[in-house]
Formats: sequence, C-alpha cells, structure tokens
Amino acid sequence: MNKKQKKMLARILIAAALLVFLNFIPAKGWLRFLLYLAPYLVIGYDILLKAARGVKNRQVFDECFLMAVATVGAIALALYEKSGDYTEAIAVMLFYQIGEWFQSYAVGKSRRNISELMDIRPDYANVETDGRLEKTDPDEIEIGTVIVVQPGEKVPIDGIVLEGASSLNTSALTGESLPRDVKAGDEIISGCINMTGVLKIRTTKEFGESTVSKILDLVENATSRKSRSEDFISKFARVYTPAVCCAALALAFLPPLVRMTALGMNPAWGSWIYRALTFLVISCPCALVISIPLSFFAGIGGASNAGVLVKGSNYLETLSQTRIVVFDKTGTLTQGVFEVNGIHHNEMENEKLIEYAALAESASSHPISKSLQRAYGKEIDRSRVEDIREISGNGVIARVDGREVAAGNDKLMASLGIPYKNCRSVGTIIHMAVDGSYAGHIVISDVVKPRAGEAVKALKKAGVQKVVMLTGDAKRVADQVSASLGIDEVYSELLPGDKVQKVEELLKDKTDNARLAFVGDGINDAPVLGRADIGIAMGAMGSDAAIEAADVVLMDDDPVKIAKAIKISRKCLGIVYQNIVFAIGIKLICLALGALGLANMWLAIFADVGVMVIAVLNAIRALFVKKL
Amino acid sequence: MKKTYKIEVDCANCANKMEEAAKRTDGVKDASVNFMMLKMHVEFEEGRNPREVMQEVLKNCRKVEDDCEIYI
Repeated sequence: MNKKQKKMLARILIAAALLVFLNFIPAKGWLRFLLYLAPYLVIGYDILLKAARGVKNRQVFDECFLMAVATVGAIALALYEKSGDYTEAIAVMLFYQIGEWFQSYAVGKSRRNISELMDIRPDYANVETDGRLEKTDPDEIEIGTVIVVQPGEKVPIDGIVLEGASSLNTSALTGESLPRDVKAGDEIISGCINMTGVLKIRTTKEFGESTVSKILDLVENATSRKSRSEDFISKFARVYTPAVCCAALALAFLPPLVRMTALGMNPAWGSWIYRALTFLVISCPCALVISIPLSFFAGIGGASNAGVLVKGSNYLETLSQTRIVVFDKTGTLTQGVFEVNGIHHNEMENEKLIEYAALAESASSHPISKSLQRAYGKEIDRSRVEDIREISGNGVIARVDGREVAAGNDKLMASLGIPYKNCRSVGTIIHMAVDGSYAGHIVISDVVKPRAGEAVKALKKAGVQKVVMLTGDAKRVADQVSASLGIDEVYSELLPGDKVQKVEELLKDKTDNARLAFVGDGINDAPVLGRADIGIAMGAMGSDAAIEAADVVLMDDDPVKIAKAIKISRKCLGIVYQNIVFAIGIKLICLALGALGLANMWLAIFADVGVMVIAVLNAIRALFVKKL
Repeated sequence: MKKTYKIEVDCANCANKMEEAAKRTDGVKDASVNFMMLKMHVEFEEGRNPREVMQEVLKNCRKVEDDCEIYI
C-alpha cells in the first residue's frame, strides 16, 4: 500500500466507525444533520472538492461530480422530507471510496506481480578492475568490456563466454525449467541466471540493445497497442456516462410533470428525484474501464512468463481467433540441422565410409559437410587429405590416405562413369566412390523435432481447423514429414517469394472471422510474418530480426508452445468478454430496477462496487496460465 | 519525434480522459496512455519543442482530471 492508499483506508475506517456510532445517538433535527455531516465530510471531502474543480473546468460528466450530486441530493431529500435518513448518502460515498480504494490496490498489486514475473532486469554488472570486482550500472558498460557473473547473479548484457563453465537458468526468459550449459566460446544472452560457476563474459552489445532490455521494452509497451475490445470499452465509457446522466435528468422531471399535467395525479417529486439520483450512482463506468485493460495486461504478463511474448493486446485478440496455422517447415517443425540418417549399399564399414566422406569434405563449410563432420565425431586430421577438387554443384574429389575418394551427387558419379544405386529414402544423397569403384551412399536429412507431432495434435485440440506446411524442400521430403505429423496441407518446392504468395492465397480462401497465423523461425521470413494475420517467430532468443518482424515471439523452439499461446489468448479473451457482458449487464439491470423504483441507492452502490471487485478479480485470473 | 513519460493517475477512465486531452493538444500528433504501466507515449508534430508542448498537455490533462501528474 502506498501513502495515498493508507490515508484512504484510514478515512474509510473512521467514517464507517462514526456511522455505526451515530446509529446509537438519538439526535433529532438539525443536530442530527450536523452530526451526520462529520462522517460524510471525512469520507467525501475530496470528492466534493474535485467535483467543484470539475465544474470550474466544465467537466460535468466527471464521476466525482456525479457522486457529489447523487449524495448531496440524497441528503437534501432527507432534509426536505424530514426523514432524517442521512445514512444512505454517507454509505454511498463510503462504498464508492471502498471501490476506488480496492481498485487502486488491486491494480498496484497486479502491476507488482507482473513485474515480479518479469523480474529479469539486472541491477548491476561486475567489472574487474585491478583484481577487484566493482558493481557498475549496466547502462555504462561499453561493447567489448569483460564482465564477471557469479553464481546466483543475472547475466546483465549479451556476450560471449571467455572463461568458465556453468549452468544457466533461463526460465524467466523461456519458461523452460531445464538448465542450459555454457562453456568458454559460447554465446550467452542477458536475463539468464548463472547457477553454478563463475563466468567471464566479453560483452557484444550495449545494455539497451541486449536481449533483456528488448524483452522488457516489448512487454511493457505491449498493452499500449490496444485491442478492439479496449477501443469498444473506451468508446462505450465516453457515451455511457452522459447517456445515464441525461436519462437521470429525464427521470427526475418527465414522469412527475406527466403525472401532474396529463394524469392529474400527485407529482411525487421526491420519489422520482430519488430514482434519478440512484441512476447517477451507477453512472461511473469504472468497473468496465479498469477490468478490460487489466485482463489484457495480466494475460500478456502470464504469457511472457510462459516464454511467449505477445507484442500487443490486439495480437492477443487476433491469436485467440486463429483457425489456420501455417508452418514454414525448417526450424519450426524440423530442427533445421542436417543429420546423417542412413548409409546404404556400402562395401566397407559405416564408420570408415563416414570417415572418408568427412575427410574429403573437410575443406567445405556447407551444412551437409558440417553434418558429415559431426557424424564422424573425431578431430579432422587435415594432413591425411590432399588434392581436394571441388566440383561445384556436384561434389568433391580428394585423395585421402592415398586413396582416391569421390563424394557427391549422381551427376558426379555419372561424370566419373561410375555406376551408382539410387536411394528410396528421403533426403540429400551423397554417393561415395573409392578408387574408382562405388562404395555406397550416405543419406542426410533434416530431423523432425521430437515434439512436432504433439504440437500439431495440440493445435487441433485447441480449435485450429487447418494446419498447413510450406517448404522449399523436395516434394518427397515434404510429403513424408507432413504425413508423419498429421498435417492437413503441404506446399513444397517453394522459393521464398512463393511463400508470401501461398499465404496470400490461403488468406483469400479462409472465412472472414478465421485468422491465419504464420509460424517461422525468424530467418528470412519477415515478409511472410508481416503478411499473415499474425506472425509467430520461434526460437527467437537473441535474434533481433525475428523480434522485430513477428507479432508473437516464442522464446524457445518448442512448437507445442504455439498451442499454449493460443490457449492463453483464448482464456484471456474469454475473461474479457465475461467482464464486458457481466459489467454492462449488471449495470443495465440496476438501471432498469432503479427506474422502476425497485432498487434503492444501497443496491445501486453495492452493484457498482461489487461488479468492479468481481471484474477485477476475474481479470487477474488471466495471469495464471501454467496449467493450460 | 516520439517520447514516453511517466504519469500518475488513479483510475482507468481518468487515464482514457487524459489520452483524449493529450491528443487534442496543439503540437501533438498522437498520444496514448498506458494505464497499467502508467506511461504516456506522445508523438509530436514536426518541429515542435516537446518541452513546451508537454506543458500544454499537462495543463489540458489537469483540466479533465485535476489529480494527475506527468513527469516531464
């Protein structure tokens, strides 16, 4: 609680105590009025002052002004009718203030909760000077400085590990609880918590450009991009208060005048004015106006805690309407790293063949030769290789341990005049020939992520109607992957430009209220990310381009998170709609009951404050997304 | 030019009113108030001095909600 809230709480308690105490005092007439004025002023003096200032600034539809009119009116009526019932006016003011107090407390609390969830902002960086560690403001650290991160500390700035090995806790960034191991030479991103060993890091970015700053900036500004529901509510609020006030005015004067002139009945001014004042009590749109942004704020906070960064309330809204999910295969459903998947028709041992292939390809930095070297797994002894000739687009011929090794595609084999065997497996085929005779082939293919199948199933379960895969790979590869994962539609052999076109076609074909999400790995797919209704980049930790281009960023590369993101957005939007319907519904019911004279001010203020409390509590529910 | 200011305001509706008031101020191209983060983003028109414009913004905001603060 801050100072303002404490003061308010004290005023609420004093006024309530006074009110209870006065109930036991049998004062009559003016004395009673003066006695009751005390709690009224204690609880409502600031409202009255604000109302007066509002009138000066010509803000008649200000809540304070309306509350002042309603309560002063109720007191005046009590005086006029000599009923001596001042409790009602004071209670209205009291509950109004309780409501305001609760709202400010709840909002402050959830602000703190969410900043705790996102508690990744480092306070300092350790710089070593003359053998001593000095705590420095991360903002002042220049690129290339060597910083020291001790166990238990946060990595303040992105960099490269120079010395030391440790496990990192990345859960605040990715929602992933498994620690990640780093050693010298590895890149390290800010926001992780160093758990075991001391690390020396050379920074590669400034603090403002580091991952942690970018993420914080993104999450903090996310609620500035307002959703359609929020726009609706602020428009509604703008109309609601004046409308209710006009209705109140009409209610105060029209029925009595009609009764008096047309029906010749007693005008019953008192009762109609009372009903009008009841209207004013319900005129504050606060419950609505607070609960909608609060729901989005909590939803975005909860999502970022689960490793899903949503860049704006509007994207959360769109995400919840996603019916079609389009994957760019590489890097989302598959790992985007090639691996040796099979060795066929070989004369010599598998290891020997791989060894020859790796050695022959040792001069190349192509992903395929990298994967051969990985499969070989041992240090490459370049002195065993000589006479390397790369035949562009076909393969390599080299002398390994004195034997002539040729590794490449079927064209290479054909040009050497060596008969080769075709392969039925899916992937890139490397034929091998040793000393002029065929030695078998190696199959290299992209590996499907272990959770990719589960991810597609989870999406279907979350209400996605169609899962589409786009890829630049050969049709055979694409068909096999999609069949194994249960994907509905596949488009293969696409150039990067074709992907935009395909997405546009899909956008044209879908129904109007279905939204299309495109999932990419953030590399080279910025145009498609931008073209889809919602662009999701995954595995984007540290990739600036992806964070820039996408609307939703998955911090790790687990495809199951997409379904989770959709579920989080559904829950959040569900809460938003509940709050809109509930708050507007209750208000309308109260207005109707008030107009009919069935609801008194007590009920009105209870409804008003009660709706707000429930709506705020409901909104905070959006924060809890762990179990989705 | 765009700038972000920290603000202090109690209720969400008041924040909406401040946003409206800021948008109407001369020299402001666009403004948005983020009640949850208590921040005001203001985009100024070309060639205007943000310091002077913000004085006006504050004055206009005080008119609609006198209990607000913008830390300029």
